[in-house]
Amino acid sequence: MLDHILSILIFFPALAAVFGFMIQKESMRTYGVAVALIEFVLSLVLWYAFDNNVSGMQFVENIPLIPAFGINYSLGIDGISLFIIILSAFFTFLGIVSLTDTPKVKYMIITLLFLQMTMAGVFAALDAIVFYTFWELSLVPMLYIIGAWGGPLRIYASIKFFLYTFAGSLVMLVGMLFMAYFYHQAAGVWSFSILDWYRLVLPENFQLWLFVAFFIGFAIKVPMFPFHTWLPYAHGQAPTIGSVILAAILLKMGTYAFVRFSLPLFPDAAAYFMIPIAILAVIMIIYTSMVAYAQKDIKQVVAYSSIAHMGVIILGTFALNVEGVSGSIFLMLGHGVVAGGLFMLVGVIYDRRHTKLMSEFGGLAHVMPRYATIFGIMMMASVGLPLTINFVGEFLSLLGFYQQSHILTLLAGTGIIVGAIYMLAAYKKAFFGEVTNEANKNLPDINKKELFGIIPLVIVAIWLGVYPKPVLGPINNSVTSIIKLMHAKATTELAKERIPDLTKPRVFLMKKTINKEVN
Amino acid sequence: MLAPVNIPFESLNLMTLAPMLIPIIGALLILVIDVVKGGLDKSLYVVLALLFLVMDFFSLLGNAGLFSHDGTIMGMFDVMLIDGLALLGQFIIVGASMLFIPLSLTHKRFHEFSYPEFFALFLFMIAGFQFMVATDNIILVFVGLETSSLALYTLIAMHNRDKSFEAAIKYFTMGALAAGFFAFGAMILYALTGSVEINKIALVLASNGYSDIGYVLVGVAFMLAAFAFKLSLIPFHTWAPDVYEGASAAMAGYMSIVPKIAAFVVAMRFFEFLIHSHIVWLEVVLYAFVVITMTASNMWALVQTDVKRMLAYSSISHAGFVMAAILIGTTQANSALFLYWILFSFTNLGSFSMLWISRQKNLIDGQSSDHSYDKFAGMIKTSPVAALIMGLFMLSLAGVPPFALFWGKLYMISSAVSSGYTILALIMALNSAIAGYYYLKLIVYMFMKEPVVGVDGEIYVANATLALRTIIGIAAVATIFAFVAINPLLEFITAFVSKSGY
Repeated sequence: MLDHILSILIFFPALAAVFGFMIQKESMRTYGVAVALIEFVLSLVLWYAFDNNVSGMQFVENIPLIPAFGINYSLGIDGISLFIIILSAFFTFLGIVSLTDTPKVKYMIITLLFLQMTMAGVFAALDAIVFYTFWELSLVPMLYIIGAWGGPLRIYASIKFFLYTFAGSLVMLVGMLFMAYFYHQAAGVWSFSILDWYRLVLPENFQLWLFVAFFIGFAIKVPMFPFHTWLPYAHGQAPTIGSVILAAILLKMGTYAFVRFSLPLFPDAAAYFMIPIAILAVIMIIYTSMVAYAQKDIKQVVAYSSIAHMGVIILGTFALNVEGVSGSIFLMLGHGVVAGGLFMLVGVIYDRRHTKLMSEFGGLAHVMPRYATIFGIMMMASVGLPLTINFVGEFLSLLGFYQQSHILTLLAGTGIIVGAIYMLAAYKKAFFGEVTNEANKNLPDINKKELFGIIPLVIVAIWLGVYPKPVLGPINNSVTSIIKLMHAKATTELAKERIPDLTKPRVFLMKKTINKEVN
Repeated sequence: MLAPVNIPFESLNLMTLAPMLIPIIGALLILVIDVVKGGLDKSLYVVLALLFLVMDFFSLLGNAGLFSHDGTIMGMFDVMLIDGLALLGQFIIVGASMLFIPLSLTHKRFHEFSYPEFFALFLFMIAGFQFMVATDNIILVFVGLETSSLALYTLIAMHNRDKSFEAAIKYFTMGALAAGFFAFGAMILYALTGSVEINKIALVLASNGYSDIGYVLVGVAFMLAAFAFKLSLIPFHTWAPDVYEGASAAMAGYMSIVPKIAAFVVAMRFFEFLIHSHIVWLEVVLYAFVVITMTASNMWALVQTDVKRMLAYSSISHAGFVMAAILIGTTQANSALFLYWILFSFTNLGSFSMLWISRQKNLIDGQSSDHSYDKFAGMIKTSPVAALIMGLFMLSLAGVPPFALFWGKLYMISSAVSSGYTILALIMALNSAIAGYYYLKLIVYMFMKEPVVGVDGEIYVANATLALRTIIGIAAVATIFAFVAINPLLEFITAFVSKSGY
């Protein structure tokens, strides 16, 4: 069974979704919870069976699909993708558990299960076309979730979401075809296998163009400034569950793809574009933090803070060293947990008042003390308070980039301070002070079902903040092998200099009173 | 005293003619049956036509076996040419026709199917298309073209609505002009080279080094215009949306596939040597045709309010996309053309059939056309299965993986990439993104809007019978599970195309 556990993880929810059409409406939620629980347990089995000492791919499956054109159904995971897969199963489970009274709940659960299939597929794919297939397929359930259960502007928001990502990924597809063609030129056979591509060293000018083609696809998905405009609309209109999955998992596809494709395939180009991309990332952090401060809608605050966090992730990824990349992957998980949790919490209050405007609230801490406490913890985690999950990721990302550029890291750091300001301001507006609005006087506190959805996230946010090693270890392991590969493949001086050489032992020379690091 | 002309019977190679003779015999038989005993039900003729098409298909399989064994076969005084292109073209023509003909077994009674002549003409038309692709003699191409076109005009007009007459007349006029262009272009090439066979024309032109390049270009320009009419390339596309709108949905779907593949095969034969002789003018013009056809028709499709017209413009766009293969001209590109068109046949025939089963005898109150977007609003609530299938076809047309057309697009763009047409590859990719919008628009109407008042789920399947459902089922299954069939298809196509030297 373990040989095919990845295929099972991918297609079990899809099969369950198809069978779901036969389930009666009232029993559907139980069915959905059961299926999602099985999926989550399977993903934990995956973790249990995962060998932490191996840095390469595990649970590899390979079935020829179109051998004449080098397309194989090939799957495998390493420390980088393992935890994102677990996270996606975790969120599908929590999402279905905490689903509040949704109309047409049966179709919602079927859609969510299909979405889980595409998410597992994206992170387990080792073939570019398989990856692309799941990447594109993930748009369809999300389109339906936003378009069918969203707010008043839902159709505009869903179409914008779909077309933006679709256009970007088609450019990426052309890049993939070029990559396969170059591989064909070099090796004589067609191949879309990522592991085959890893072995291909391209001339620098090819790398630059291909990097740009892939970058467009990934950057729209992340979304990076200036392609970020679809995200606030999507979040603003999506139902709670849609925002949760979108923020927690779907956005991570872009940053994950940077680590999986852009860095190891194009090390020279990654080093070449490091500073421009870092500048974009810093703009993302500072600009969206300021925009977040100006929002009146609490969901938009969380949405913009998401973009700012994605900026930190990008910054860490393009630090091109082990600290930065591991930190950014850890931050992907952290941001998934925290932003997903915050969107769930916003959903709680939205279900009660059907508004998300902060001016409508105030003094909620008096009426809903438990809710306020949990919200406070998650908000602190979002800000990056030490001993919470985001702190580890942010710290490592910034530490990684500090080795490349001090000024940009400093600027990014100020952005994070702004992040603390707007989050605390939003919290103050909504929770502290007197209860001014009559409608808020008798709000019921967070109920059991909602607690069941949110408490696990709080536990994870604190657990991994205090003791990140079980997760960080495998990540570090795989990232180290990627950085080694990048250094070995780098051809330009710039890349050799920016990507650290991990094969040489690091020694420290004591010269009088100055500590100096020598490679 | 003339010496008796002595031709060995074997040299005629009659079996090269067999695939065309079978539908002709079928058509004559249908006419004879009508003379002997009139007033029979349409189902008899449908099944007869289907039977003859199946026989046709098997005779093609026989020829394909011979071809893969012995290589290109010539017959009938070297007029008939059975090579990989001819066989692939005929497979698509006959295969798509087999999928089309059961669509006439509708629940509602439509005028045209009560005439046996409809089915006779249909079979004559198929024979005409088969002649077109199975020769490199321009005169026989012309004869095949005219046979099939005249039959097709009549088939459209038999739908017996005002718009159908308009469509038929429009198509006829435009088709006559295209035929004139074709004849004129052929005349110039004959005057230059003294031959009407494409490979001899190529040889003569190459041996004198394209010395009369001016005349060659005039000839090529006329031929190109004739092809552009048939393939509905912009700016020769003006007939297409009106004709599609006027024809029945099933016929429109058929027209978007079969006549075009016949024209593509002829164009491939004709332009292959011209592209490889690097006439810059031709490359530029073809490039412009491809880009403008793809892009402009996508723009027009965006603003349509009727689904059938949208699909008409989308078909034009797909034709432009595939025309890129003619421009690129490598074996990979030519194989991509056939792969794309096979996958496109299933998906497009499926989506037009979905329109066809929702066809009413009369317009619904408050609707200005048969298939307006409004009619499909909220379809998921009233007729979920039909909505899911229609959505599937739209996603496939938009090129979302893993559905059928994605693989065609993938291979086509890859052939552009492999031949150094980087900009073209990007334009093709971005056009798929633009096209995504109007396919998505229908999905949005079906899945996210509220149903229009007075529309119940019944109208989406008003015309459905077992036969129609089966055809749509086949199309849907082929669309979803295409990825299983891509590898054998690709190997088969590539072997046939490269064995014929294209």
